[in-house]
Formats: sequence, C-alpha cells, structure tokens
Amino acid sequence: MALLVSRLSELRIGEMAVIDSFTDPVMSLKLLEMGCTPGEKVQLIKVAPMGDPIAIAVSGYLLSLRKAEASTVLIHLVTD
Amino acid sequence: MDQPESTPEISLRKLKVALVGNPNSGKSTLFNALTGLNQRTGNFPGVTVDKKTGLVKLPGREGGPPFDIEFVDLPGTYSLYPKSLDEQVTFEVLCDAANPDYPDCTVVVADGSNIKRNLFLVTQLIELRRPVVLMLNMMDIMEQRGITINKEKLSAALGIPVIYSNARKKKGIAELEEVLVRPIKISDKTFFNQDPDPVMVEELKKLTPLPSSYAVWQLISNYPYFTSLGKESQKRIKQIGLDHAFDSTAFQARESMERFEVIGKLVEVCVETTDKETKSRTRKIDRVLTHPVWGYVIFLGVLFLLFQTIFFLAAFPMKWIESLFTLISHWSFAHLPQGEFSSLLVNGILAGLSGVVVFVPQIALLFAFIAILEDTGYMARVSFIMDKLMRKFGLNGKSVIPLISGVACAVPAIMSTRTISNWKERMITILVTPLMSCSARLPVYTLLISLVVPTDKKIIFFNMQGFALMIMYLIGFFAALFSAWIMKFILKAKEKSYFIMELPVYRIPKWSSVFYTIYDKVKVFLFDAGKVIIAISVILWMLSSHAPGKRFEEIDRKYAKLAGQSSPESFELAKASEKLEASYAGIIGKSIEPAIRPLGYDWKIGIALITSFAAREVFVGTMATIYSVGDKENTRSIREKMMDERDPRTGALVYSLPVALSLMIFYAFAMQCMSTLAVVYRETKNWKWPVVQFFYMGVLAYLSSFIVYHLLK
Repeated sequence: MALLVSRLSELRIGEMAVIDSFTDPVMSLKLLEMGCTPGEKVQLIKVAPMGDPIAIAVSGYLLSLRKAEASTVLIHLVTD
Repeated sequence: MDQPESTPEISLRKLKVALVGNPNSGKSTLFNALTGLNQRTGNFPGVTVDKKTGLVKLPGREGGPPFDIEFVDLPGTYSLYPKSLDEQVTFEVLCDAANPDYPDCTVVVADGSNIKRNLFLVTQLIELRRPVVLMLNMMDIMEQRGITINKEKLSAALGIPVIYSNARKKKGIAELEEVLVRPIKISDKTFFNQDPDPVMVEELKKLTPLPSSYAVWQLISNYPYFTSLGKESQKRIKQIGLDHAFDSTAFQARESMERFEVIGKLVEVCVETTDKETKSRTRKIDRVLTHPVWGYVIFLGVLFLLFQTIFFLAAFPMKWIESLFTLISHWSFAHLPQGEFSSLLVNGILAGLSGVVVFVPQIALLFAFIAILEDTGYMARVSFIMDKLMRKFGLNGKSVIPLISGVACAVPAIMSTRTISNWKERMITILVTPLMSCSARLPVYTLLISLVVPTDKKIIFFNMQGFALMIMYLIGFFAALFSAWIMKFILKAKEKSYFIMELPVYRIPKWSSVFYTIYDKVKVFLFDAGKVIIAISVILWMLSSHAPGKRFEEIDRKYAKLAGQSSPESFELAKASEKLEASYAGIIGKSIEPAIRPLGYDWKIGIALITSFAAREVFVGTMATIYSVGDKENTRSIREKMMDERDPRTGALVYSLPVALSLMIFYAFAMQCMSTLAVVYRETKNWKWPVVQFFYMGVLAYLSSFIVYHLLK
C-alpha cells in the first residue's frame, strides 16, 4: 500500500484517500461538521467543467467544495 | 453537573415544537405534511430569514383535552455552531431560553441514508437536555440502498424516541403526533468528554441559568448570538473565556472529532448496510448534467424553458387578470356616483391592485419552476457548474436564475434570490438584477427605436431595428455584470463564504411541496410587497389627477367655452393633455426640466419619467396623453406626433437620434419600478437597500445618458 502525503485538491478522479488533518482551523470546523473527520475515507468523483469546484464521496454522500477549500485538507492516498 | 429539569417530562397542552435537521433531509416536506395550509410565513426579528410556523390541533391522549401545537420550521443546519445567518437563527431559537420561539420540544428530521452526518446535530441537541424526537426520514432511499437502522437500539443508545418516516408518503406522521402529546423523557446521554471547570461554570451561572453542561460550552463559544443577554453580559462572558484560556476553535474541533468517533461506534451497532450499488443512478445522471459540453447545453435549455414560461406562458393569465380589472373598473364607473371617491377607488386603488395581482402568474410559474429544480436536486448542480464563472462577479452559481428571470420581470426574479444563502452574493444579485432589460422596457425601446432607426435598413442580414433592440438587451446584461463586479469590492461580507455543499441524490419532485411553495410565495408577495405597491400607486395617481388651486376647474371652464369647435374625441384628449400638464405631476415634471435638459429631455419627457415610476411601460401611455393621442395602443400615431415635435426655443427636433438613444439608455439603467423597490424592501427587510438601489441606478442612468447625448449631439 503506497502512502503519499498530499492535499485533497491534488487528488485525481477515482483516487481514494484518507483524511489526516487540516491546515486551516476555521475552515476545518465546517468540514468536520459535514463528516470530513480525520481517518475518514474520501474519493474524488468529479471535477466541474471549468476545473472548480470538485465533488468527493465522503461518509456515504457526495460533497462538493472549491479547490481552495479542499487544499486545506491534508490526506494520504490509499491504493487498495 | 447535569441536572435535568425537576420533572423530566413535559405535559403542557400548548406546545411549541421546533423542526430542525440537515438541508435536504425532508424537513420542509414533513412540515408541510404536518401543517398543510395552516402554515404562515412571518418574521424572525431583525433578520431577513423567513419564519414558517403552522398550528395543528391534536387530540389529547386517552380522551384528554386536545393539544395546540405550534410547529416552527427552522433553517437547515449541520451543527448547532452557526456558520451562516440562517444557522444563527436556528441556534438562537434552540439555545437561548429567552428567545420568543424557544421550543418545548425539538423534532430532528434526519436523512436515514446519511445517518452519520445527521446524528451530529441530533447528539448536540440531546446534550442540551431538552425533549428531542428523532424522525428517521427517507425510508424509501434507505431501502433502495440496502440500509437498515435498528430503531430500538438507536433509541436506547440516544435515550430519545426514534420514529421511521417517509415524509413524502406521510408515513410516521401519526406516530410523531402520538409521541408529541405524551410526556417525553429527557435523555441523559453524553457524546463527548465535556467536563467544564467548575469555577468557570459558577462565574457563568451568575449571568444566566445553565440547564446542562453542554449549555456552558455553547454559551462560552457562541455568546455573540445570545442576543437576549445584552452587550455587557456578552463582554463579561468573553472575559471569562479569556481568563480560562478558552480556545473556541480548538474546542469545537475536538468536540467534532470526538463526537463523530462516538457516532461511528453507535452506527456500527445500530446500522446495517448491504452492498447495493444504487448511488449509480445519481452518478449516471450527473455524468450528463455536469458534462463539460452537455451540462451547459442542458442548462441553457433549462434557462430557455424558464424564460419562455415566465415570458410567454404567464402572458395568458396576465391578460385575463387585466381584462378582469378593466371590467371591474368599467362597472364601477358606471355604477358609482361620479366624483372624487369613485376616481380614487377606480383609478387609484383598483389600478394599484390590478398592478399587484398581475404579477401573480409570473411569480407562481417562476417559483414552481424553481421548486422543481430544487426538489429534484438539479439546483445544486447549477451551482456546481456555474460557480467558477459567477464567483468572478461576486455572484453565486444560483444567481443565473434570477438574472435570466429578470429579463421577463425583476419582481419574481428578486424574490427567487432566496435560494442564495450567502448574504453578500444574494445582495449583489438583488441589486443588479433590475439592470437586465425587463419586459416593461420593451414598449419604451420599441417606441423610441421606431422613432430614430429606419425600418428598411439592414445590418448584414439583420433588420436594423431588431439589431438595435438586441443591443439594448446586451447593454443591460453587461451593465449587470459590471455593476456586480464593482459591488464585489464595495460590499462587506457578513459571514465567511463557504461553497462546501452537499450534492443530494436525484429525486422526483414532490408536487404538493411545489404547490405549498407557490402558495406561500404568492401570499407573501400579495400581502407584503402588495401594500407598498398600492400605496405608491395611489400617490402617483393623486399627483397626476390633482392640481393646486382651481387649475382643473379653469381648464374645464376654458374647454366648456370651446365646446363644439372640434370633434368630441380630440376635444377630450386636448383637455386631458392640458390637465396633465397642470397637475402636480406636470409641475414636478416641469421643475425637474433644468436637471434633465443636459440629457436632452424637455418637460414632457420629465412628466413621463415621473409617471413611469409606477411601471416603465406607463411611459407610452403618458406620451399618448401628453400628445393627445386617443388610442394608447396605437403607437404609430404616438410616434407620428413625437416625430413632429419641435423645441419651441431652438426649433430643433425633440426626438432626434441623440435624444432617443439617451432616453433609451436612461430607461435601461434607471430604477423606475415601484414594484421592484417594494419587493427589494420585502426581501431585505430594510429600506436602506431599495434606496441604495434607486440611487446607484439613478446615477448610472444619468451619467450614461449624459455621455451618450453629448457624444452624439
């Protein structure tokens, strides 16, 4: 299982990752209450036609967020 | 520390029940199912958030006295900690005991297919130590996805009643009603480690009662939202926090993570998922609807359909309404004694009323359209594909709907900005939408274009007049974008702007929800905006049908002497024209002449500018009266009169190219619609914004017309 530390905004379509931590404390509160907690699995499903925002699968539903917001989420890739 | 109230039950006959839940959990559907047409929309004091309440009478238990339950539908939220103005309202109602809407019991509507995220709010509410009931809604989606929740285990783990429901099919309603009329035990479960420092608790207790230890944390984290406490107490709380080195952000983060950990374990025990791949339907549809090419093509199609609906489809009922009012006013004139009162009633009030009711078809159709887009889940995708572009102008992806609707009419368009939750984005959308060339400007453009643009000439293969019209529409569009861009830098954001948003599963719209939305919006418009529109309409009527002193009588006498010298029709027309000139409106028109001369206008246009405030298309009718043209529909005769009009001082044509263009630009940019201002007031609950809008558009109109006139002169 390869482990690479990166940001949620760098994920490519179809890739799965696990949330590690957040770089922006205030932004993290919003993400946390939506179920994006450390240890939670996420998968990039879609990117909007103009490149921004993105849609990820997390905690059983589809969440869309801007790349700037996603860049505050530190993740590591999981290859299952 | 947790002392539940002395009686751990409630047994009141009058109950206030709050409905809360995540967005897209079916909360509003449940509200509609519970209250039906007994719902009304009111105000949360001091904010632009609508308060939906509904009264329901439930039979008491075992033949006891009936219960009066007032349901309050609170704005959707994911957590008690407010992150938007809407969520602040929910927080204040649920956490501040002094709030007028503080409920006796809270019903949480949860999307059962998204249970982990939904339980976050549920557990927070439980820890407030007040009665809570959980509705596990969207049973049908749970079944589709193979999710089973053991409600007995969940109820035991949470300590509150749990009810399966499908709000769309009204399943679970009866059970909920039964639960509400019985005393509800208050749960004592805790979901995160929260023992606060007893010293801190003592200090805080001096300021306000604290029914639970969680309430302590809520108070110290969110004291700015406890408006009932007053600034002094709030400052004191802030100081207490500092004294105890309280870091609100760190605390919230810890709480969230711990809470989800406990919820995760709970869910493992109570929820079973079989591996059904049903998310694929939504994913498949999304592949088309958010496709780089087809996504936008379909969206354009949707906008086109929207436009056709409120432009053409609405025209039919609008015509019927106008005919109905014409009939009523003819009847009234025939049957009421001639005089001041009948004139006020028919030309003032009835005309005003007609001007209000005529908007109903457009509002109804627009909101039906939007309700369907929202209910199916498509609206979220609109935001998704348009966000990057719209953000550049300080707008939201959802701003496209009001902007396009504004080409038909700004009134329903501005009401529809309700779908935009961010205050700044919504405000900018409201302020610039009227720049989109609405249908009322069309008669003005048509008349003025026909005055100065030849019918036979062509540009490439386009008819020149049609081309000029298209240019006017484009000017409106670009002015809106440009103004939005400027306002992006001027308006201060009231809250942090998040795009973070759920993309809900696609669903077939619930038609009764659509109906309730229409019913609600039309009612709100008629009673709130309607009052203002009728008031202004009456004022304008008074200005144009009254003159100081005995002027009208003098004119009557003058014409009585001239009677018989010309046909009775032209006679009445000339008299009407003179009367308009002598009226208060005429006086105002003449007095503003020096101000509008730099734009190339004379006092006759001045009068029309005043009367157009009722509605832009009144310009044509006023021109007809001033130029004594009988048939107001007959624009050709109006045009002929205007084309011959010459300035008495210079002998030059009044309606030359520079003047006509200057006037068109003025109408393109100026705020000349009392109905729009009334709706802006209603939507922002503050006179400041219609005033701001009136002035910025007025300045824009004046400067642009000035430049155009002098460039072309």
